[in-house]
Amino acid sequence: MSKKITRHDFEPKIMAFVCKWCTYSGADLAGTSRMDYSPNVRMVRLPCSGRIDPQFLIKAFEQGVDGVIVSGCHPGDCHYNEGNYYARRRNLAFRELLDFHGIDLARLEFSWISAAEAIKWTKVIDVFTDKIRELGQHREYADMTDPYAHYLVKEAA
Amino acid sequence: MAKIGVFVCQCGNNIARTVDTADVAEKTGELSGVAHVEDYKFMCSAPGQEMFKKAIKDNNLDGCIVSACSPKMHEATFRKAAEDAGLNPFKVEIANIREQCSWVHDDKEIATAKSKDITKMMVNRLKYNRPLERYKMPVTKRALIIGGGIAGIQAALDLANAQIPVSIVEREPSLGGNMARLSETFPTLDCSQCILTPRMVEVSNHPLISIHSYAELEKLDGYIGNFRATIRLKAKSVIEKDCTGCGECWEKCPFTVENEFDMGLSKRSVIYIPFPQAVPTVPVIDRENCPKFIKDKCGLCAKVCGQQCIDFTQQDRVIEEEFGAVIVATGFKLMPNVYKEYGGYRPPHMTPKKLTAKIRKTLPRSTAGRLVDVINGLEFERLASASGPTGGEIRRPSDGKVPETVVFIACVGSRDCNKGVEYCSKICCMYTAKHTMLYQHNVHHGKSYVFYMDIRAGGKGYEEFINRAQSENANYVRGRVSRLSKKGDKILVKGADTFTGHALEIEADMVVLATAMVPQEDAMGVAKNLGISYDQHGFFSEQHPKLMPVDSSTGGIYLAGACQGVKDIPETVAQASAAASKVMQLFSREELEREPEVAIVDEKNCMNCWDCVTVCPYNAIDRTEITNRQGQFLKWAAKVNPGLCQGCGLCNTVCRSKSIELEGYTDQQVYAQITAFEGAFV
Repeated sequence: MSKKITRHDFEPKIMAFVCKWCTYSGADLAGTSRMDYSPNVRMVRLPCSGRIDPQFLIKAFEQGVDGVIVSGCHPGDCHYNEGNYYARRRNLAFRELLDFHGIDLARLEFSWISAAEAIKWTKVIDVFTDKIRELGQHREYADMTDPYAHYLVKEAA
Repeated sequence: MAKIGVFVCQCGNNIARTVDTADVAEKTGELSGVAHVEDYKFMCSAPGQEMFKKAIKDNNLDGCIVSACSPKMHEATFRKAAEDAGLNPFKVEIANIREQCSWVHDDKEIATAKSKDITKMMVNRLKYNRPLERYKMPVTKRALIIGGGIAGIQAALDLANAQIPVSIVEREPSLGGNMARLSETFPTLDCSQCILTPRMVEVSNHPLISIHSYAELEKLDGYIGNFRATIRLKAKSVIEKDCTGCGECWEKCPFTVENEFDMGLSKRSVIYIPFPQAVPTVPVIDRENCPKFIKDKCGLCAKVCGQQCIDFTQQDRVIEEEFGAVIVATGFKLMPNVYKEYGGYRPPHMTPKKLTAKIRKTLPRSTAGRLVDVINGLEFERLASASGPTGGEIRRPSDGKVPETVVFIACVGSRDCNKGVEYCSKICCMYTAKHTMLYQHNVHHGKSYVFYMDIRAGGKGYEEFINRAQSENANYVRGRVSRLSKKGDKILVKGADTFTGHALEIEADMVVLATAMVPQEDAMGVAKNLGISYDQHGFFSEQHPKLMPVDSSTGGIYLAGACQGVKDIPETVAQASAAASKVMQLFSREELEREPEVAIVDEKNCMNCWDCVTVCPYNAIDRTEITNRQGQFLKWAAKVNPGLCQGCGLCNTVCRSKSIELEGYTDQQVYAQITAFEGAFV
């Protein structure tokens, strides 16, 4: 049974950085199983959670994203053997940096979702969306610019 | 200005039910760089693909977005179609608006807005896609097989009969592996050596198979299609090409040590072949135990050798060979030291190999405080084997008496992580049933008891075989044994029968433990050497447990037999043939094609921190010298081997100067995708 979508005053923007082997496939499975989850999320498909550069997250926050999800294969299940371990460490270090800058850590969610865990995916999205909706709009990063990313993203000639 | 075509698929009603595809197409058409939009019912159908190709040609598009199902479904389809239409296939991207939008949202307004957003993000990303060319690599059409057991033999024969040259590297002096030790095989009770040794001879006579026995693989470099193996040929102290295998040397040799092939139940000479049917029939000198090498005495073998082929000065030889594929078939061993729970017994084959020339040549065996008559399955196989230490008569190791009562204990060390391993060793139920039969056939008045947890006999003719064993006088007792202790010259077995609920005491002459199969002790070292992954027990991991059971995690390396998980002989042979057919598939092409989504280095910017070299899980990144046209050294830079790179992108993330990039997932593409996210919700 599908849920009735109720419209709220504030709809958070959520971006998910996911690995294509586990979480992306898990999200596909949620679709194939016709599950229903909050539509606020947009996915960026990457080969491995180890490919997720903290600068991507900064860029997303700068873009006005209210919450970021990082997700990959469970430890030990990485398609590339060890990529998700790097992701895990990088996440720990990056959280400290965010904390140092006074960003609410609740805006960054990190979870392991395998290709079979469609239910977990929908739960993570729904719970996270509700949480961010309560936190409200994210403004801390809105004015920050990353000169490197800015340089890269010029209009294609 | 980019000329991008956007094709929105309705997927019948699958997408169109919740997404207004016409609206998506219209809105996307307004984006900068989009030159052409289509809204069609079934993009993946033949007319849909024709339309796709025609649109590319007519509008001279330089990139395409297909807003449809998951890229897992039809990315390859549309990339192929684009290639046919003359567009670089890597300029095609899929926007997933079915699995991740229309199927998971009910509200048409919201789903349409989300589809627009997803498509827009992909359009922005596509602007930074570079046209890529697939890599072509040559293939060396030779296969390396590590391990000369039944798996290695089967794979070698299959490949050689398909006209592919094969090298087998075997650690022991002879091929055969564990199967050569078995007396008879379940469920047909045909003699193991009778079916194995003809195959060994076939291998040795095959012109396309070269056997490196008494050799070990030291190093494997390279990548799929182009491996370079460094093989150490241990010194046999015998000139192989001159030896006729006449047997003068090993018959005359006055020194004996425990025979590993007989699991320490008999003695062998110091210059030896492991068993009479050994292939190749060339003896080796066990240098650790030979007095010629320890104190420079004896040398009798050299005197009796008619061919003058004993060479005490021979050195290990290291050779390098090129291969296109590798099959790993290193096999299993039985779990050592499972005996603790039964009173501190130490299995005989775990005693250190020492020069024990004075010890008697065959049974009985010394009893230094152990329950010598508690043996494991492979030791029983040797006792029952016609070529074994007792010539096929079942006699117990301590005093050589015929055992009147034998207790078999199943699941020793397996199915209990507190006492060994958690997995089921799978073959024990069957070989214990076989042992009871061999015992009954040998000792007609003997009594046999089997303590078991459950009977697991899933296989063709297996359950029937168990039923036959049970009807042939074997007493099956469901329950565990708590303790084995010495009582006179017998072993007191204390156990429980959980069906009757009574404790049970049996005075046995011999106890046979069905110990768990575990990987070879150096399996993890082999895995690291080859760059393949293994599980917590040390079994090599397959690429996918169901769909890719013979591929290892590294391209071009395949798995066969019990090194990948517990297996019986039919399964091992089946997997070996499967691995061989995978190699044939690989070698059927003159050149290998490789997806170009690999890392590339901007050598100008590389600042030699080598972080990428450290993180690369595949050792795909090397250091290279950059020189100018005159050949003068300018600087160091990282260099990616596209044959090894699997495209994980770890190097891209750690690179400080951002000079290494993963094609297809570059920083630019990801940033472009992020910046296009407006969060348009309604």
